[in-house]
Amino acid sequence: MRNLLPILTVVAVILGLWYLAVGPMNFRLALDAATRGGADVTPATPDEQGQTGLIRLMLDNPDVMPAAYAFERPRLPQPQDVVSEIYENTIGLARRCEWQGFGAERDNWSPLSDGCLRVIENRRSLIFHAWQTLAPTLLGFAIGTGLGILLAVGIVYNRTMDLSVMPWAIASQTIPILAIAPMVIVVLNAVGIQGLLPKSLISSYLSFFPVVVGMVKGLRSPGAMDLDLLRTYSASGAQEFWKLRLPSSLPYLFASLKIGIAAALVGTIVAELPTGARFGLGSRLLTGSYYGQTVQIWAALIMAAVCAALLVWVIGVVEKRTLTRLGLVR
Amino acid sequence: MSGMQAGKFLGRNLESSSKSFLAPVAGAVAVTVVGALLDWRLGLVFAVWLAAWGLNILLTETGGAAKRFVVPAIFGITLLVLWQMAVRLFDISQVILPAPTDIWGAITTSVPVLWADFVQTVVKGALSGYIMGAVLAIGTAIAVDRSRFLQRGLLPVGNFIAALPIVGTAPILVMWFGFGWQSKAAVVVVMVFFPILVNTVAGLKETDAMQRDLMRTYAAGYWQSFTKLRLPAALPFIFNGLKVSTTLALIGAIVAEFFGSPIVGMGFRIKTSFGTLELAMVWAEIAVAAVAGSGFYGLVTLAEKRLTFWHPSQRTER
Repeated sequence: MRNLLPILTVVAVILGLWYLAVGPMNFRLALDAATRGGADVTPATPDEQGQTGLIRLMLDNPDVMPAAYAFERPRLPQPQDVVSEIYENTIGLARRCEWQGFGAERDNWSPLSDGCLRVIENRRSLIFHAWQTLAPTLLGFAIGTGLGILLAVGIVYNRTMDLSVMPWAIASQTIPILAIAPMVIVVLNAVGIQGLLPKSLISSYLSFFPVVVGMVKGLRSPGAMDLDLLRTYSASGAQEFWKLRLPSSLPYLFASLKIGIAAALVGTIVAELPTGARFGLGSRLLTGSYYGQTVQIWAALIMAAVCAALLVWVIGVVEKRTLTRLGLVR
Repeated sequence: MSGMQAGKFLGRNLESSSKSFLAPVAGAVAVTVVGALLDWRLGLVFAVWLAAWGLNILLTETGGAAKRFVVPAIFGITLLVLWQMAVRLFDISQVILPAPTDIWGAITTSVPVLWADFVQTVVKGALSGYIMGAVLAIGTAIAVDRSRFLQRGLLPVGNFIAALPIVGTAPILVMWFGFGWQSKAAVVVVMVFFPILVNTVAGLKETDAMQRDLMRTYAAGYWQSFTKLRLPAALPFIFNGLKVSTTLALIGAIVAEFFGSPIVGMGFRIKTSFGTLELAMVWAEIAVAAVAGSGFYGLVTLAEKRLTFWHPSQRTER
């Protein structure tokens, strides 16, 4: 809470800069529209306007400025427009929805009305698109984390695996594999793997390596003293793993999980980009960019940001709970 | 007494090594046999894998200092060989997965194209954006250095933004800056800015009160203690951010090209080659991207080694 005021200040500065930038960013568009609308502007023709600097234009035509802020299909929308777009497509849609309770007369298990389900599955609903992105992210994250932990255990307990796999695991972090995510999706579709799985594979790949690297570090973090102590207790290998190595690796694991889940979400969104995916936040970005709907792009971006923040926050809460119970944080 | 101990020690060592040796080998042999019974090609693939893995186990147990390079090299080559075998033996279509030799063929026959794409995407897009972003981020960190208030606000916000899918800003920035390399550089600037900023701000906090007091006893001014003490102490952190950002820069430059580009560039080539189902060319670009990514990372690591040789993490273990 001590940091609340500074954080709010920084956020306010960012929003302020955004708001200030809206006018200049859209000015030429607005001036163009005003010229074609027959308004009195200096210089009068689009050609001359094109050769004049932006600041000069803004000084000469101060009365066009309000139009720049209110411009439809702007290059940079105003913050409140984005917020209202998000509201419209989430809560706004949901408010039209009615709760009808679990009725025996309905064979549908859902407590929501049919109209409501239609609203949720509405192509405009950001919640629908966010879920289309989140579901493969979570599935892929679970797969990647599970496999990553298994591989890390293998690396720690098997010298050959350590020598063979570890250098490649580290080197693979430097490869911009994310850039081919869309192709992987199409190839997998061609092979016959469809639905959640292709997108999940991308996110599992991206969350896999941070978990491997972090977990190897964590499993090796107990010092010689701790290991010796367990040996004096004549602890078995399994006991050493469950009672010492695994608990002491958890702080490292959670740090990796936070990186991994953020990477997994980015992976899913990028995977949705140029493949012409019809659902998901990535597809909203793409259609927005095709049709010049900047407000839609910004809304999808901020929705993605909210999802990322939510996921990282959930892991943070689980981390705090777990580590507190283990006595690793005071 | 000492002989007995040595013998016991040796015996235990041998026992444990043969144990760790036998169980996986037996399992792998079983898998190979089952594979061979199901399909001889599967058996062959498993057999090659088993042979290479056995060689690696042998090298790990007995090899000298060179095993640090030999074992991973054998592992990597084995993967390539298995890939090649799988594609050829199972007759996998070029459209789904080209063999390593096909990819190598594509690389050797289209060197000029790959070079032009490399210059467009890596040098003009990623590298220029990376340098601008890094300078901007370090500059911002130094600018807010004197204000504890701004730092306390900037760190959490920067950490938050660094975890966001910033690559999603690519369509917006392509719309603003056009299809040329400038828009790619802009995406890269936005992507690398926050990781480097957060790391630099954190690094500049790294000195402790004793060290700062020492500078004060030397009557050092703000800038003197900044350049002689605090900036060097922050370097390991700054390099951490710089290293993370190398991959981000390449990803940003390639992904931004999916949203619009001139008819050159790695992202453009990946997209169009994919459209015409020339998968070997797609993989050739990926190989170039992988080499560029590792090289870029390696260069930054090299600079780090030169500049932070004094840091414990850089000292060689003996």
